Amino acid sequence: MILAFIEGERNPISPLCLQALTFARELAAGQGMPLEAVAFEREAGDLPGVLQRHGVSRIHRVEHPRLDDYAPEAWAKALAQLMDRARPQFVLAAATDRGNEILARVAAVKNLPMAANCIGWAPGSPPVVVRQRWGGSLLEEAALHAVPPLLTVAPHAVEVREIETQMEASLETFSPVLEEKDFRVRVVAREETHPEGVSLRTASVVVGGGRGVGSADGFRVLEELASLLGAAVGGSRVATNNGWRTHAQQIGLTGNRIAPDLYIACGISGAIQHYVGCKGSKNILVINQDREAPFFRRATHGVVGDLHEVLPALIEEIRRIKT
Amino acid sequence: MNVLVCVKRVPDPGARIELAAGDQAIETRKLGFTIGPHEECAVEEAVRLIEKLGGSATVLTLGPADAEEQLRDSMAVGADRGILLETEGDDWDPAQTAAAIVAAIRAAERQGSRFDLFLFGNESADAGGFQVGIRVAQALDLPCITGVKRLEAQANKVLARREIATGWEVYEVGLPALLTVREGLNSPRHPSFRSLMAARKKPIERSRPERDPVGLELLRLRLPPDRGTSAEMLGEGKAAVPRVIEVLKELGVLQA
Amino acid sequence: MSGLPSHARVVIIGAGIVGNCVAYHLARLSWKDLVLIDKGPLPNPGGSTGHASNFIYPVDHSKIMTQITRDSLRQYQELGVFRESGGLELARTPENFQELHRRVASAKCWGESGEVVSPERVKSLMPFVNTRLIRGAFWVPTVGVVDSLRAGTLMRESAQQMGALTLSANTEVQGIVVTGGRVRAVRTSRGEIQTEYVVIACGIWSPRLARMAGAAIPLSPAVHQMISVGPIKAFEKTTGEIGYPIIRDMTTMMYERQNGGEMEIGSYAHRPILMEPDDIPSIETSKLSPTELPFTKEDFEPQMAQALELLPDLLDDENAGIQYAINGLLSLTPDGGPIAGETPEVKGLWSAAAVWIKEAPGVGRMVAEWMTTGEPELDPNEVDVARFQPYARTRRHVRARTSEIYNRTYGIVHPREQWTSSRNHRLSPFHSREKDLGAVFFELAGWERPHWYESNSRLLEHYGDRVQPRPNEWDARWWSPIINAEHLAMRDRVGMVDLSAFAIFDIRGPGVLEYIQKLTVGQMDVPPGKAVYTPLLNRAGGFKSDLTITRMTEHSYRIVTGGSQGGIDGRWFRDNLPADRSVELHDLTSALCTVGLWGPKARLVLQSVTQDDVSSEAFPYASAKQIDVGSVPVWALRISYVGELGWELYAPMEQGAELWDLLWTAGQEHGLLPVGIGVYATTARLEKGYRLYGHELDTEYNPVEADLARPNVKAQEFIGKEAYLKARAEAPAAILCTLVVENNVSSSGERRYMLGHEPILTTAGEPITDHKGRRSYVTSAGSGPSLGKYLLMAYLPPEYARVGTQLKVEYFGEHYPVTVAVAGSTPLFDSTNERMKG
Repeated sequence: MILAFIEGERNPISPLCLQALTFARELAAGQGMPLEAVAFEREAGDLPGVLQRHGVSRIHRVEHPRLDDYAPEAWAKALAQLMDRARPQFVLAAATDRGNEILARVAAVKNLPMAANCIGWAPGSPPVVVRQRWGGSLLEEAALHAVPPLLTVAPHAVEVREIETQMEASLETFSPVLEEKDFRVRVVAREETHPEGVSLRTASVVVGGGRGVGSADGFRVLEELASLLGAAVGGSRVATNNGWRTHAQQIGLTGNRIAPDLYIACGISGAIQHYVGCKGSKNILVINQDREAPFFRRATHGVVGDLHEVLPALIEEIRRIKT
Repeated sequence: MNVLVCVKRVPDPGARIELAAGDQAIETRKLGFTIGPHEECAVEEAVRLIEKLGGSATVLTLGPADAEEQLRDSMAVGADRGILLETEGDDWDPAQTAAAIVAAIRAAERQGSRFDLFLFGNESADAGGFQVGIRVAQALDLPCITGVKRLEAQANKVLARREIATGWEVYEVGLPALLTVREGLNSPRHPSFRSLMAARKKPIERSRPERDPVGLELLRLRLPPDRGTSAEMLGEGKAAVPRVIEVLKELGVLQA
Repeated sequence: MSGLPSHARVVIIGAGIVGNCVAYHLARLSWKDLVLIDKGPLPNPGGSTGHASNFIYPVDHSKIMTQITRDSLRQYQELGVFRESGGLELARTPENFQELHRRVASAKCWGESGEVVSPERVKSLMPFVNTRLIRGAFWVPTVGVVDSLRAGTLMRESAQQMGALTLSANTEVQGIVVTGGRVRAVRTSRGEIQTEYVVIACGIWSPRLARMAGAAIPLSPAVHQMISVGPIKAFEKTTGEIGYPIIRDMTTMMYERQNGGEMEIGSYAHRPILMEPDDIPSIETSKLSPTELPFTKEDFEPQMAQALELLPDLLDDENAGIQYAINGLLSLTPDGGPIAGETPEVKGLWSAAAVWIKEAPGVGRMVAEWMTTGEPELDPNEVDVARFQPYARTRRHVRARTSEIYNRTYGIVHPREQWTSSRNHRLSPFHSREKDLGAVFFELAGWERPHWYESNSRLLEHYGDRVQPRPNEWDARWWSPIINAEHLAMRDRVGMVDLSAFAIFDIRGPGVLEYIQKLTVGQMDVPPGKAVYTPLLNRAGGFKSDLTITRMTEHSYRIVTGGSQGGIDGRWFRDNLPADRSVELHDLTSALCTVGLWGPKARLVLQSVTQDDVSSEAFPYASAKQIDVGSVPVWALRISYVGELGWELYAPMEQGAELWDLLWTAGQEHGLLPVGIGVYATTARLEKGYRLYGHELDTEYNPVEADLARPNVKAQEFIGKEAYLKARAEAPAAILCTLVVENNVSSSGERRYMLGHEPILTTAGEPITDHKGRRSYVTSAGSGPSLGKYLLMAYLPPEYARVGTQLKVEYFGEHYPVTVAVAGSTPLFDSTNERMKG
């Protein structure tokens, strides 16, 4: 049996979680094993319906009076207990903050190896995973010397696919044995933020700026273009380190990972740190003075030129079209 | 408050990584080394905490002898002392790393050190395992909050915030505790001349850690297939604007 | 993006400051079809230009480097990218403080400004300096910074506007096609370009490119550490890039300069860190750029402490952090100079490499003029790629010497300073004998030449004070009173001098007379066996070389020139060979050794070992003969650079030892002694007023000024004739004179001895400038033991060039009275050459 950890906050199942399910199902099919899922969420909507479309045959719903909000130690202990009972051959989760955290905690509790950000897998003894290092700029083939192996599935490692002939998923409740101490780390409050403008992570167009922007003031022209295109504005690590943008607006390995339809990168050379944050973009338009900034080789469209010349002209033209 | 910060020596690559012969490591002969951005913030936070609350900051790393450089870098921005768990420089898996760190912490505590707060990066910049801090917390039975991007510390507890898509999760734990932090927590300082020089004289304890059997075994590294698309060049300077407009329209970003 | 033409006149590889300057100057000189390529992007392709500290100090101890820098500065000013800040070279130690006075001397010699100032004055110019640490400074008000990237862009655009230049960035050179010894094409990542010329201007990558063509550009990429610290509180209110003088802390070998709100600190004090050109990382795998390597802190540590104590008010600030720190790569050569000119190996392949920011526009102009007319305005001799002999192009030598030279960048380098690394490459067959005699070897072009022999120290007692002992350590460094003792003994008896470093070319063929006439001022149509001393001129009439040419037969000549000029003169002779192959040239430098046998007893010694008649009648002055010395076939040339009777004896290299032993044994009864180059090249030469290429002679001066013009001008055409005739018709702007130091006792009562490159001043202490703008300075200095004088040579304007004129020479800040003893080339010693006639 292969066990997939399902997460969801207000919106039951995230695309990344569905990708992990697809990955897990293909793994299960290859091993001739059933796919089961474990979910903690209370208001999970039509969870069984969604999961069975992804080939899940059994859903373990974790229930405990104190499990009202995220409490990672308690969640991990519960999952560990479920594993003791259900004896999965593999445990998977999406490589999200929560997925990585819970599997890492389970790994720690049960003293098992855990492989984060996997994109591939080969059966064997021991089984071998292909996982991302350096945000995906480097791949590692690694053997997992334990049963069950724990792994999280890197974003966009597979495309989400539902199955054609679905079976009804059975729903089982699992009640873990938890103590007060297991809740010493838990969310005690939530603070909603209402980001101004368009959110970087969800925007369909993003305008980013780097070293070439030159100053905080220099970003004005990027903001102007973004407002015309309904886009979000972000910056490279150079831009945030220099204080031209806040860290929340960083696109990169240690900032936001974006996946818009179009990313317009202005004055950014395309170092690994930045590229891994934007490589999910469907189209990348690079505007850079340096004709062979490495970024051009990874972009779909390029303009050689000073962004402080190109953008004002572009803005003027867009204005003209809009009026 | 006494803080222990754990950091990792990692190469500082350009736009393309090259592999060293044998495919076990990346080619670093022409590269500098650093610690990851998360860890830079961890060190900075530790220094700010002791500046505010008193106490001392210890920085620990597991790595080759050359990792002394990263300890010195951390001491140059304010850490007081270093602990170097010296390896041959080969890849230690997260569980091995955590076990060695746990042993070192216990050894330090046996010698009278007391740590109130343990800071780690959320994940290392190179291997990105997301678990060493969590494993150490488990072994030491410490409460652990991951992905911390805002921190308010008092003498006996911390209030930590973690960013999620819709805002912030707020956690509160008593000390001692272990936190894994993220870049954005603060803005790390650059070392001054005097602090850099002073760092040379700060103490470093060296030891050779025991190594547990491997669980996640690195077999080989390889480079992902290059996206390899050569960009369609739309022109130079302002002259490119008409083509850019066409592309924006083609992509539906601009209404035709 | 492949706008790359298939044909070009010139392909310039490298779009840093140097390549851009070459492109501009070629375009200015009406060249068309130029292609400038770089493997990196523009405007900053990732070479050393991109991280240069960009400041310019105009004063150098080398005349030509000062002139090139002056030309560069003028060009930067014209481009509007220069900002004057002034510069202070600080001295912390007595040695460095002494050296400042030598800087002043160089400034005065080359016509630059600069003065030694007190710590108080330093404080008023740069208030942040901890003046307790320093003894004074050399203040140069004309120091400033340039924007080299901008300058390169302007140069390039200007060439484009002239319609002369095609630009291709991101184009990597994959090969250089050479056939028949000539460059034909450049293969690039964007296609092949047929071309007549290739200029390699790619800095640290240049050796790789040269190797593609089978040539050598002997430089090594070397690390220069640089950091930037900020924000500096004191600079908050300053506007612009620089508002304070640039500091060179000469004692600690560092510089400190303001750059906006930060302080840039660079070091030449750390251990030499060299790199192989093949190991330079690519653009993509570099974190910053291929020439900005990761900073190695441990190497910089002592420098941090030194910078901190020097500039505590700026740097000792918790909030001033290290913003940027690199191990920047720059180009170093075995002798520290740039590498320009056509490579001796491949026609059409030119080098413009190892050029620093302060030199680039000047070298760019030089190379462009050189390509255009064959003769740049500024003398290229010291920067010529051909100065490197084959051994000097090997990687091992380049690494050894560049390691040694790195710390000399800001160091105090004695004018006679010898290298400690990479020695003993070219040894004459006399070498082991010389070693046994206690020879102290100085190197020239790889040759180990005895400068004096310790075994002659017993002569010191005999000659007493006539050897002019030097009490001052600096004056006596790399010197021995034995030189003067050898001098006196040679004039009394007979000496033998190892001259195997001579470069020797035999030319022959039916067209040889016409060919050699074309290249020389002297009349070469002389009977076989006759030797002629002659200048070689460039078209502008300046000295390209001076040498001795002997007619061997009707259709052959032997050319003998100085060892250091062998590569450059050899290329000149080869380049001018007639296309019809009617003349061939053979380089015999490594085949023949030479020993000079001179002194009143020279004939007695030689006659005792040969059956051939060496009497004056049978073997007159300025003639040559093949004679037998024992079993050694010797080509004997009766000539003298020391003013004594005698011969230069040329023998097969492998029989050199045999020749030496025969002479040595035969000479014992005549008091034969070994004599070093100290006598040959300095003391004996100066007494005779003989000129030395590179000292008295360079392209700035002509034969009339050097008083080497003959009474008649030959009818045949020769290179430089027109200019030579013109110079003869005019009054010379300056005349080379021999001066005598009247009183060399310093204010502290010590006898001082100048070493060359000191300014000649009027009695009022003012520099002297001729009407061509050239300053009067000491071209050579040395003892005249037979005269009991200390001698200087200098070009003086006609109003001063009169025997008896009283002048002054400045040495370490003090003025000493001198008198013109000879105006022109008349020897001061044995003025009618009776001794040589013997």
